[in-house]
Amino acid sequence: MALGAAQQRQSDEASLIAGILAGDTQLYHDLIRPYERTVFMTALSVLKNEADAEEVTQEAFLKAFRSISTFRAESKFGTWLISIVLNEARARLRRQAIVPMQSIDDTSGEGTGISPALLRDWREIPQEAVELKQIREMLQEAVFNLPDIYRQVFLLRDVEELSVAETSVALEISISSVKVRLHRARLLLQKQLTPLLKKTYPNQRRRWTPWS
Amino acid sequence: MVIKCQHVWDYLSDYLDAELPDDIKVEVQRHLDHCEICSAILDSTRNIIVLTADRRVFELPAKFSERLHARLGMELGQYTNT
Repeated sequence: MALGAAQQRQSDEASLIAGILAGDTQLYHDLIRPYERTVFMTALSVLKNEADAEEVTQEAFLKAFRSISTFRAESKFGTWLISIVLNEARARLRRQAIVPMQSIDDTSGEGTGISPALLRDWREIPQEAVELKQIREMLQEAVFNLPDIYRQVFLLRDVEELSVAETSVALEISISSVKVRLHRARLLLQKQLTPLLKKTYPNQRRRWTPWS
Repeated sequence: MVIKCQHVWDYLSDYLDAELPDDIKVEVQRHLDHCEICSAILDSTRNIIVLTADRRVFELPAKFSERLHARLGMELGQYTNT
């Protein structure tokens, strides 16, 4: 039977890494291509600024290249990259020290439940809505406004679609913390965005079904 | 067992991820069948996740990849030549 897609990928990566270690360093371009977006998004989740996130992404990929001989095959290459970029991004944040650092163990808000926005019916907003700049910015701002620990989990899980286990390894937090933080992030986004989206995107039924 | 709205909210994420144990899932579903508020909360949450996860919301900056590989190229070149 053929290897599963994930196993196939891991085995392809192992041979690319072996090639790089043997001196064919150009293979590194191919090795990292699938991870560019996730690594950038991880940096963005910490730094909340595209220019900084891009610089940190470049530095993280360079750092990963220089230390590729320390990569152990039993871990996932993608998760390894995420740990590197997280360290780089957090280090930059500490250097900037503009914003008071929120401890990564910060559990503020982890004790009590979050109440969602209450409503009686929800008219689905179609995905085409994100073609509007105003909607995109509204969504970005809501995510950036989340407390750090919730934003990082949300971006890795719901935006980059890492599994609970991968997120737990990458952020070095427990499986249950991943779940709790994701849950709170989603409820906070629902609370903040529901009224805004309703106001900005009203009556789209008329717009999308002109015959009714 | 009859569960309250607040309990349903606690289960929302696991419900969306299909990670609830069967017995709780049945209770949540039963509640959702007659509670329009919790149904609307579930629908809006799911909708917001789908919208936020759309690749157009968080995009790579223009020419991001070109700049990254150009910078890597300079570094990798040094290693190849030595």
